[in-house]
Order: sequence, then C-alpha cells, then structure tokens
Amino acid sequence: MEWEIVIGLEVHVQLSTKSKLFSGASTQFGAAPNTQACAIDLAMPGTLPVPNAEAFRSAVMFGLAMNAEIGKRSVFERKNYFYPDLPKGYQTTQLAEPIVGPGEIEIHLEDGSSKTVRLHHAHLEEDAGKSLHEAVFESGHGMSGIDLNRAGTPLIEIVSEPDMRSAAEAVAYLKKIHSIVTYLGISDGDMSQGSMRCDANVSVRLKGEEKLGTRTELKNINSFRFVERAIKVEAERQIDILEDGGSIVQETRLYDADKNETRSMRSKEVANDYRYFPCPDLLPVVLSDDYVEQLRNELPELPDAKAARLRDEYKLSAYDADLLTQERATADYFETVAKACGEAKLAANWMTGELAALLNREELSIGQSPVSAEQLAGLILRIKDNTISSKIAKQVFEAMANGEGDADTVIEKRGLKQVSDTGAIEQMVDDVIAASAAQVDNYRNADEAKRPKMMGYFVGQIMKASKGQANPQMINKILKEKLDALL
Amino acid sequence: MAVDTQTVEKLAELARIAISTETIDEVSNRLGEVLQLVDQLQAVSTEGVAPMAHPLDEEQVLRADEVTESDRREEFLQLAPQSEEGLYLVPKVID
Repeated sequence: MEWEIVIGLEVHVQLSTKSKLFSGASTQFGAAPNTQACAIDLAMPGTLPVPNAEAFRSAVMFGLAMNAEIGKRSVFERKNYFYPDLPKGYQTTQLAEPIVGPGEIEIHLEDGSSKTVRLHHAHLEEDAGKSLHEAVFESGHGMSGIDLNRAGTPLIEIVSEPDMRSAAEAVAYLKKIHSIVTYLGISDGDMSQGSMRCDANVSVRLKGEEKLGTRTELKNINSFRFVERAIKVEAERQIDILEDGGSIVQETRLYDADKNETRSMRSKEVANDYRYFPCPDLLPVVLSDDYVEQLRNELPELPDAKAARLRDEYKLSAYDADLLTQERATADYFETVAKACGEAKLAANWMTGELAALLNREELSIGQSPVSAEQLAGLILRIKDNTISSKIAKQVFEAMANGEGDADTVIEKRGLKQVSDTGAIEQMVDDVIAASAAQVDNYRNADEAKRPKMMGYFVGQIMKASKGQANPQMINKILKEKLDALL
Repeated sequence: MAVDTQTVEKLAELARIAISTETIDEVSNRLGEVLQLVDQLQAVSTEGVAPMAHPLDEEQVLRADEVTESDRREEFLQLAPQSEEGLYLVPKVID
C-alpha cells in the first residue's frame, strides 16, 4: 500500500510592533516578569482595547506579499476558554471577517522543483502570557507562576490549505513564510525565541484516494528541523495504526523532541468549544483602497523577485539564487560582495561554501559574520588578480575569520603572496629536477601520452618547496619546457 | 425551545460556573425562556440583511504604535491573592 501524507500548517508570527495589539504596553523581549503587563492586558474592569495601527499595516503588507485578498473590513471576535495565562477568559481574534483572505505562494524544494501552496486566510490576534511550571520558586509550594508580559502581543496566524504532501514541503513552506515576514521587516521570525511558532495538521490517505483522512493537530513545533521530524514521526504513527486495521482519533498531540514521538494532549479535548462571538468592545476596522494601494507601493523587493533579478543580473544558477535570497541580509551581503569585486560567481561560491560552513560551525547569522562583505570582496579581488591561489585564499579566509584583518593585511603579514617571478620559479624547478634523477629517467622513458600525468610529481614537489605560493600556471609552463629540453 | 439538563451542565462546565443539582431545573427553565425570545427573532426574515458585528454603525479608530504605559507591577501584584518573584501564582495547570 502506498500512503500519501497531507499537511496543512497554522503559523503564528509575532509582529515586531513597539506596543501591544490593544494597549500601549511595551512588547520588548526579555523584560522582568509582569513589568510590561498593563491594566488592559490584565483585563482590569473598565478598561477598553484600542487596536494598534502598525499591526494592521504589518498584516496588510503580509497579505499583499502573499497575493491575497485584503479584508478591507475586518472584525474582532472573542474566542472563549479558560487558562491562567489568559486573564480575560477569551482571546481577541478574528474568524468570519479576517484581515487577510485567500491567497497563494510558491515554495521551492531542494530538488529544484516548485509548487504552489494556497493560503486559506491570515488573521490578527493577541498572544497569551506564559505559565512557568518548572521549579522557579525556592519555596516548594508547587504552584505555577504567570508572567503576562507577552499577553496582548500582536500575532498574525497564517492558515494554509492542506496542500503539502511531505515533511520537506512543509519545511519549504515555513521557510518561505519566514523569508517573507523578515523581508517585510514585520517580524524577526526567530523560532528559538517563539517569534514564529507552528502547528501542523497531519493526516494520511492511500495514494489516489480523494477523501482526506482523519487529522491530528501537532502543537507548538519550534524549529524547522523539529517540524520535519514531528510530521514524519506522526505520519508513521498514523500509517502503522491504519495498516493494523485501527482508526485515527482526531485530537491535539504534542511533539516530544527528546523522545522523537508525539503524544496526546488529553486536557485540550474537553473544552474545544470556543463559543466565538463578535467582540462588543471593538468596532469593525475599515481600511480604504488608497491605504491598501499605498502599502502595495511600499512593498520591498520580495524573495522570488530578488532571486529572479540575481539570476538575470549576476547570471547566478537558480539554485544559488534561491539559496542566497532566503534571507534578506544574505542577499544584501551577496550584492555588496559582487559589486565590490565584480566576480558574482566567485562571490556566490564563497558564500555558499566557506562562509556558510563558517557561520554554521560558529552558529552565527549572516549579520554576525566575522568576515564582512567588504573583506570577502577584498579576498576575491586578490584571487582575481593572481596575488594568491584559491588554495591559499582559504588560509586567508580562516585568518580573516579569526580577526587578523582584511585580505591584504593577512597576505602581507603571513607572506602568502603568490610567486610569479620567472627567475624564482625557474630556480625551484631546477632544484627539484636535480633532486629527482629517478623520476626524470622515468619521465624520459615513458610514452608521450603518459608524460603529462607524470608531471604531477614534479609540480607537487615545487609547490611544497614554495609553500603553495608559486603560481601554478607558471610552474606548469616552465617545468614542461625544462623537462622536454632533457628528452 | 427547552434546554435539557445535559446542556446546562455542559454550559456550566465551559463557563466554570457551579450549579447545584437543586437549582438545575430552574436554570434550565430560565434559559429556555431566553431562548424563546431568540425563537421570536429567528422567525423574522433576514434575507438580504448583512450580519451585524456591532450595534453602533461606526468604524473602529486605530491608535499609533507607541508605548504609553509604564510599569505598575507592584500595584497590580497587590491585587492578586498570591504572588512571588514578580509572578502571579495560580494552582498548577499542566497539559
């Protein structure tokens, strides 16, 4: 039996506004508990919410970037449930009339193929506070502590259609959302700090079957890697049950990264009756056509358009262009290097090779790179003008990464300049030939066809003698002349 | 429209309201009376009428994205039954 996995994602993105969705309390990350929770956030009697214009601006920008319909009239509703980190007893959210309607985006997969994923809608809502269950208190009273700093922080919840068919597609979609929100500058998209969170609806069905299988909802998967693993392990669990003749229970499940398994969250099942109704404290929000058009004009160049331009303007491959435009900062870095050194292909190779490896190893973002774009361009210029070979360039790169200064400084200080002085190279060639009588005899007696290969030994010895600094093209030329003269 | 006991119990559970067994019939009757009013509304033809989100025919005013609130944690914490280390304390709730 061949199974097909069907995935829909709900992505929560925290907007980087200065103040909350309905109050003037700060949203700054990392403040002492409850110092940024005002009377409105705490649901004190007599308070009234007033929506934040910047949150609407962010949501509309997102909708435009997703080629979606914009809800020029949107309505807030109350989603009722009880939990200690939700002081009002309801979350103010949108349901029937959200700010962003249906849309679609293209996702790019690692095998180079693309696919369109439909957006069901995206809506504005407030975040809840945080419950701290762990042993945060010295006195062992066993109670939970509530920090309401996050309560009321604006989120957009982005709901996809069930259009993804593998964990890899889900990750590609999530990365696309990440790159769009960071390009727009409406969120920092940092999954490790919870600025972007993902719930996945997963079901399986036999290939060719049209009806969707019963789905489960995986809650709060907080890294790209875990999204992939959680979906895979949940699909396997469902397939095992179905192949054993069982059936899937529709429920909410939690992914446990340590055990790499999903488990049922039974407590969430009972109260799944939210009794939505329009929030009487808030009037419908109406946005004008002019306002929406103005924001459309303010849209920055988005990842797909940027990738197309890099292919066109710098003749990059589709693969390199996609890789370099996933993050705006990476694309900016690339363009700075390419413009400064005039070697776009080399710039792309160094960024996807040495630089990516360095950042990965040190767990740094491109913004924190120890080698600046200007420094990398300087290095590439020295390869281009034959001051150093590509091999030596890697040494220089490591030195720059260690803070030894720019390429010219490192080359000068370490004496790495390529030797292109004919006299010096001739001397080295002569020395090696003189010290390699046996190899010279072999060379002389070999077939002509085999000789070029046999030169490798001599080139190696000369390179070694020059500590890798002799110009390889010149060695080849001079060596061949000298060896052939001995025939 | 009458409301059966089970529905009343479920509503009470969702609203976290305790209703004693002695009063459950009375609550059920009273809810039924409210729903009779709703039945009257349901009988009116609303064809061509857009659902109303708010009784005021006005548009929401938005505010500029500025931090206008200051830290009043100590005052607010005093209103809570229990607090510690800047946190509001509640009985342990875990999923």
